[in-house]
Amino acid sequence: MSVSSPTAAVGSFTQAAFDAHLAKVSHLPAWWLDRKRAAYERFAVAPMPKRTNEGWRFSNLAALTLDGFNPAPAACPFAQMDHHELGVTGAGHLVFANNRLVASQPLAAEAAKQGIIFDTLQNALLKHGDLVRAHLLTQPSKLGSDKFAALHEAFLEDGAFIHVPKGVTAPLPVGVFHYACGDGTAVFPHTLVIAEDNAKITVADFFRTGSGASPAPRAFACGGNDLYAGHGASVTYVAMQDWSRETLSFQFNATLARRDARVLSLNLHAGARQARHESFSQLAAPGAHSEMLALTVAHGTQEFDQRTLQIHQAPNTSSNLLYKNALLDQAKTIFSGLIVVDADAQKTDAYQSNRNLMLSDDAEAHSLPGLEIQANDVRCTHGATSARIDREQEFYLESRGIKPAQAQELLVFGFFEEVLGKIEHQELHDTLTDIIREKFRA
Amino acid sequence: MSQLEIKDLHISIGEKSIVKGFNLTIKPGEVHAIMGPNGTGKSTLAKAIAGHPDYTITSGDVLLDGQSVLAMEPDERARTGLFLAFQYPSEIPGVSIANFLRAAVQARMAEGEELDATAYYKRLYTKMDMLKIDRKFTARAVNDGFSGGEKKRCEILQMAMLEPKIALMDETDSGLDIDALRIVAEGVNAIRAGAQPPGILLITHYQRLLDYIVPDFVHVMYAGRIVKSGDKHLALELEAKGYDWVKKEFAAATAS
Ligand SMILES: Nc1ncnc2c1ncn2[C@@H]1O[C@H](COP(=O)(O)OP(=O)(O)OP(=O)(O)O)[C@@H](O)[C@H]1O
Ligand SMILES: [Mg+2]
Repeated sequence: MSVSSPTAAVGSFTQAAFDAHLAKVSHLPAWWLDRKRAAYERFAVAPMPKRTNEGWRFSNLAALTLDGFNPAPAACPFAQMDHHELGVTGAGHLVFANNRLVASQPLAAEAAKQGIIFDTLQNALLKHGDLVRAHLLTQPSKLGSDKFAALHEAFLEDGAFIHVPKGVTAPLPVGVFHYACGDGTAVFPHTLVIAEDNAKITVADFFRTGSGASPAPRAFACGGNDLYAGHGASVTYVAMQDWSRETLSFQFNATLARRDARVLSLNLHAGARQARHESFSQLAAPGAHSEMLALTVAHGTQEFDQRTLQIHQAPNTSSNLLYKNALLDQAKTIFSGLIVVDADAQKTDAYQSNRNLMLSDDAEAHSLPGLEIQANDVRCTHGATSARIDREQEFYLESRGIKPAQAQELLVFGFFEEVLGKIEHQELHDTLTDIIREKFRA
Repeated sequence: MSQLEIKDLHISIGEKSIVKGFNLTIKPGEVHAIMGPNGTGKSTLAKAIAGHPDYTITSGDVLLDGQSVLAMEPDERARTGLFLAFQYPSEIPGVSIANFLRAAVQARMAEGEELDATAYYKRLYTKMDMLKIDRKFTARAVNDGFSGGEKKRCEILQMAMLEPKIALMDETDSGLDIDALRIVAEGVNAIRAGAQPPGILLITHYQRLLDYIVPDFVHVMYAGRIVKSGDKHLALELEAKGYDWVKKEFAAATAS
């Protein structure tokens, strides 16, 4: 291990910065503070990713600097933000800016009466410590970002906690908004979703930069989410990553699905200069199903780096991964996915597909699909395609008087609809469609 | 009401010359049927007039109300009033008929003008009822998984919604069962009975369609041009005798 330049390994996230952070959260339970200390150690000694590391193939490593960020950004008042609602009437929401809660709308009385908890992680650590301890960041980092995942745990200040008790169906989705304001700001968002047996919930995370300031502020975002679905539970999780175009972004997902549970996660990627997303789904018991979906609109010189792992640990489990990217300009996407089927996970049904729509000749899409199968009676398929807009389809639309730019937009939405159409909640579907439309025009 | 003039049109695909000196004037409200053997350039003619990028117009001109359309992009030609009902309409997964047609209608409105959604759906449903298309189709993706007949009906639905000045209908009858043929023909006749009936170029292989949509003229296209013209009786003659005699006449005429 190279220790020649300690600043290169920790950048702005020095021991002193960590100590200052710990002092701010010293009221939280000791076990959590201990875990954070251990995480900081792991972060500080782990080397930065190297060219030879298979988990970072095709990634732009030169731009992965941790220097020049502000680990303790000043508070940012709600009024300064250009806040958009979830678009679902009556839905609860939490709004964080620079790692602190700045606004919230509690759950409707009906949902609260059923015992659903929707609160900040800090409050949950204080009031529901055992639940948090059992589920927060308990899964290993397996996709290459152990250093950054440790950094996330070390500096995680606050986030959202959602707990749905046994047999309860949340009547409405809930929304969590994370804003980063100011130049150099470092944020560490986290959303923890626990759906107990036969519970049902939809959660939407939004990641945005405070205002449309120009030039775009430089930020560092290092976030995560844990999705836990108990027996027969159903979790729908949507995340919209829309940080400023000068942001270095990491997102880590860990999904755990128990017997007959169903988890659907949809990640929309539009923001950041360089964004790495790692998604890890464990199908832990028979009948578990994970739907892993992603849509990317890649502009300019943006790089979206997506790494996924679907592990089938029990028989009769299924997973379905569909990642679709629309690439413009000189944008670059990387998809690397692995399906692992354990020896006793017979009758696994696993699917993995990465589809790239190339809207520019200068864009670059890399696909690295993979399978690792130990069981013999399984059905696993994977594939990757890259295609341009179909000229006949384009001509068909234009021959009806639709202008070329709009024809292209319709075709991109047609390409995305296979994924967007899986969001059953109509208002949420429309909100996401509007956001992507806006992104596509930007 | 509008007039289309096709003047000594020559069309190539790559190096290959397909249409070679095609002349035709469609006066306001007229229906001209074009018949002719497979591969003779009928679809090439229709698609090139609509502005398909694969086809190069090497000489000649196409004028709509005296204005050449050749310098216009396909979408401009459509907004000017040209409409092509495709022989093989494209399937567009993920784009609903409702969104697609709304975009096409909106493209014809002035900048900043808002579409009246209620009026739009009312009009759409009226036209769908006329063509006996289930209203559920508005939510389906354009032509995606449609049967051959459903695709053709959908083409006529678009024509009814967009009210072109000139409609080029390429084998709209192929793939239609007998009932569907009647429904589509009634739809076209209803459009013809409107206040501003479009001029129609009707490409077909079957005389049967012309029993329903009665043409003012019938032309035989062969080797990239019109080689014979007549009235509706010419279609009956072709149906009875085939194309051999036309080809022979053409060979004799070009040899001399
Ligand atoms: N995109 C293309 N590339 C190459 N050749 C083409 C293309 N489109 C048409 N052709 C050729 O041009 C010729 C004319 O084709 P076209 O489709 O216009 O005939 P058609 O008269 O419409 O025939 P049909 O009655 O079978 O519909 C054919 O030889 C065809 O193979
Ligand atoms: Mg043809």
